[in-house]
Amino acid sequence: MEEVDVEPTTTPIPGFDSNQKHLGFVWGPGDILVYETIYKASGGSAGGCPFVHEVRKDEDIYSPILRKLFNESHHIFVGLQRIREDLPSKNKKPQFVSISKNYRSVIRACMEELQQVAVSTQDAALATQYGNQVSILLAVELIWNLCEVLFIDAAPAGSLVLHLLDWVRLHKADVDEKAREVLASESPAEHQAYWDVVISYVLQGRMDEARQVLVKQAALQPAARVMFKLLDNLLMKMPIFNPGETQTLTEFDVKWRHWREEVDHCLQDQSFASNRHLEDICKILVGDEDVLLEYKELLSTWYHFLVTRLLFSHPTVKPTELHYYAQSSMHMFLDTRSVPEPLDSILLAAFEFDIHQVIKDCSIALNNWWFVGHLTDLLDHCKLLQSHNLHFGSNLREFLLLEYASGLFTHHSLWQLAVDYFDHCPEFGRVYLELQIERVPLDTERKALKVIRICEQRQMTEQVRSICKIMAKKALRNNRLGSALSWSIRAKDAAFATLISERFLQDYCAKGTFSDLDLIDNLGPAMLLSDRLTFLGKYREFHRLYGEKRFSDAAKLLLSLMTAKIAPHSFWMTLLTDALPLLEQKEVIFSADQTHELMFCLEELTSGKSVPTPDRPMQVLGYTPPYPLSNVCFPFNLLIHCFIICSNLYSCLARG
Amino acid sequence: MDGINAKYVSKKISKTRWRPVSSSSLQQPDIFATGSWDNEDNSISIWSIGENGVSSMDDEFEGDPQLLCEYKHNGDVLDLQFLDQDRIVTASSTGAVTIFRHHHNSQTLSVSQLWERAHHYPCNNAPCTGVVCNSPEIVTVGEDGRIMLFRADQEGVLRTIEMADSSAIHAVTFLRTTEILTVNSIGQLKLWDFRQPGNEPSQILSLTGDRVPLHCVDRHPNQQHIVATGGQDGMLCIWDVRQGNMPISLMEAHTSEMWEVHFHPSNPGHLFSCSEDGSLLHWETSSNTDTPSLQGNRIKLLIISRSAIAPAGGNQSLINAWLTGDSSKGHLETTHMLPSQMLSVNSLDVLGQCLVCGTDGEAIYVNRYVPI
Repeated sequence: MEEVDVEPTTTPIPGFDSNQKHLGFVWGPGDILVYETIYKASGGSAGGCPFVHEVRKDEDIYSPILRKLFNESHHIFVGLQRIREDLPSKNKKPQFVSISKNYRSVIRACMEELQQVAVSTQDAALATQYGNQVSILLAVELIWNLCEVLFIDAAPAGSLVLHLLDWVRLHKADVDEKAREVLASESPAEHQAYWDVVISYVLQGRMDEARQVLVKQAALQPAARVMFKLLDNLLMKMPIFNPGETQTLTEFDVKWRHWREEVDHCLQDQSFASNRHLEDICKILVGDEDVLLEYKELLSTWYHFLVTRLLFSHPTVKPTELHYYAQSSMHMFLDTRSVPEPLDSILLAAFEFDIHQVIKDCSIALNNWWFVGHLTDLLDHCKLLQSHNLHFGSNLREFLLLEYASGLFTHHSLWQLAVDYFDHCPEFGRVYLELQIERVPLDTERKALKVIRICEQRQMTEQVRSICKIMAKKALRNNRLGSALSWSIRAKDAAFATLISERFLQDYCAKGTFSDLDLIDNLGPAMLLSDRLTFLGKYREFHRLYGEKRFSDAAKLLLSLMTAKIAPHSFWMTLLTDALPLLEQKEVIFSADQTHELMFCLEELTSGKSVPTPDRPMQVLGYTPPYPLSNVCFPFNLLIHCFIICSNLYSCLARG
Repeated sequence: MDGINAKYVSKKISKTRWRPVSSSSLQQPDIFATGSWDNEDNSISIWSIGENGVSSMDDEFEGDPQLLCEYKHNGDVLDLQFLDQDRIVTASSTGAVTIFRHHHNSQTLSVSQLWERAHHYPCNNAPCTGVVCNSPEIVTVGEDGRIMLFRADQEGVLRTIEMADSSAIHAVTFLRTTEILTVNSIGQLKLWDFRQPGNEPSQILSLTGDRVPLHCVDRHPNQQHIVATGGQDGMLCIWDVRQGNMPISLMEAHTSEMWEVHFHPSNPGHLFSCSEDGSLLHWETSSNTDTPSLQGNRIKLLIISRSAIAPAGGNQSLINAWLTGDSSKGHLETTHMLPSQMLSVNSLDVLGQCLVCGTDGEAIYVNRYVPI
């Protein structure tokens, strides 16, 4: 048994006292059902609680705003799966980076919307809930962005620090807001947040902006002009690596060391001794860690501290060295706090390039598989997860996607999205889909058609049949024979088609007329699905021919129904009865051979042990027999009558 | 895909309809209604793309639909039509037919009339699948195979055609004031004349032997005998109800169910269709055969039947372009109107230069510059 990673949380079930009662539960795909059980085997009716509680792990899919995240990311996910495998990996990388950015921009859009409603809502509890969701999304985006820099874009030394700077700038954007406030005030240089803004800019390596703000102060202190000019010069000259240029990393390093010596020189000269702020800035420029830590408030996080430290002390840090600086930065920054928060450990794991730890920690920290599922899928496309196989399921990517998609499938509306996720899980996706798709509740035919289309596109014939059968049964229950027959024809369900055809024939026998003629008259080749359906179609055709007074065609068809054994034996008597009016027509309709065959059929029927009673009244074809048929011997009377007619006819014909 | 604007709305959209604009003005529509389906709580919503929404709109957000009001709807919205400027009729999966009133001043919706269980089985409710209005008359059809005729100002039912169909009726349209046309799930078109008593259609048209379910139908705005239908196989059929029971032309369009088809109301040389396969097509007949089609895909015309040959009578100008459609001469062009996307486009509506459609991807797309 493996250790648990975290202590499981307790969910209280309302109105349930665990000291006295016992709980039973059933796993669902995204939730569990909990019910009270009677523990004693002989308990009898102990008056158990009649409620079944549904316990959900994931509330997020029920948030209308987060639904946009699921819908939009579905689109990106499908796009990613379509990137061709055979492209050289060099060409793929920019695509992967842009997909990663798309995912992030969707997160950002969602976050912004949540923020807006959190501000505008009147309900305090709702506002807190939205606020929590915002902070979760913020963390998610932060982690994703870092993974993008480190794993997907895999920035080399030099560019690495630039990317990390962008990362920090994006997630510490309150500087700009503060700067706007300061610059908009009456005298910016005297604003209490003035130096915070300047130093924040420097800490983020935004030298041009820092210089612009510094100018305001320089203008106020003409005496210190030289000093300001000097710092301005240092800030301006700070070399920034430019990966686009031909400059090599070594060249950059030389240039940077040169600049740093110059800054160092200024410090030793005490050039800024008269102004504490300027001196601090200068110390930051040489990466003085003590001074940096004095500005903890402005840095606010250990990873900002890390990136600033790298910028001023190790601008050419290699990805492989990151973990060392990350660990030390975290320890230096967080010394007062005892335990790092989950977010800290996740980011640290990322800096350590321990992808699996990142995914694992995120899975534990977040209550929904959206993030880990999509991120893992993207990393897998970047071929970063190949070595890892789970001892259950197939691989990590598929496992997480299946979990995510199963969660979507429990949702009454989002289930449609899950289908594409299952499609891209090569090992178990299909099985999952097969099991889930049959369980989608079908309220309307339109929804059923959509579900069937999903199955048909994936050649899931078994499921198509099952759904059509569900619909057919439903129609039958509602007494809609035509609809039921259509569905069973679509399901190619011969047994059910037979059953419904029987019902049609029974109805015919009871009422003497066919219903649903628009369907039965247009069966076409579908008629061949089952023998009984064929009979139904053909028998109706006989009636139509008779109605159109095409007697010889009708007679031929009628006879063939018996001789070709299409008609069930139980129906032969009815068919023979139908032959009577044809026999009594003035002109000869049955030929000698046909009459012979007809008699043969009659013989065959009577030679059986019991002669079935005709299933219907006799008036159907407008035929009135010459003697009352209501007595008990009716079948025999009829047969005799038939015989008489036939033999008369036969002798007539024989005479020529 | 210029001018296409997507908005995610957190509900799968089953229907989108423009509010009618008065025919005399050349004004473009700016209000539309949507209905949702398959949600725990479904609703109908009114949206505006006009400038009267948020005042500080960036260029980027220009035309971004703004929600004006919303009202809970029992069951899936299976169809939705504007009865007039302020009344909307919906067809529900619960079998109910509801008239909603949109109060323009307060931007609210209210129920002004409700026929519960308009469509039903002996015990259960039957989904009402389609509704068509010719104010004040409202005709609805359902999976129960019934056709119901209501009047907007009367509580009772004006006329019921029981057992109008042995299978589900999927859509309905007016041919004339007293004549309607229904399509059903076994590929038949049925004409009904309300002047006739009884429960028999005056005419049945179908593709012989083919039992492909039909899902949508629309009538040519000027020539009432021409109708377009679309069905499960994604084919577009053009019919002349006066002639025989075969379609005049049959065109491969979509790869899955065609959910809706619409002639452009004022420029019927253009037609639009949308499908389960996630595509929205713009069909255009051009009389100018010399113009080479640059961006359009040629479509395959499977049948060009008798009426493709102009009758000798000489009233050639009256022959509709849709009836003489011939791809070999470049008469017909199709253009995809949406970026490639996965989930079904359930509904579309086009009015003036504006097109709106809704998808199972929970997005509404608005295009305000349809090249008409």
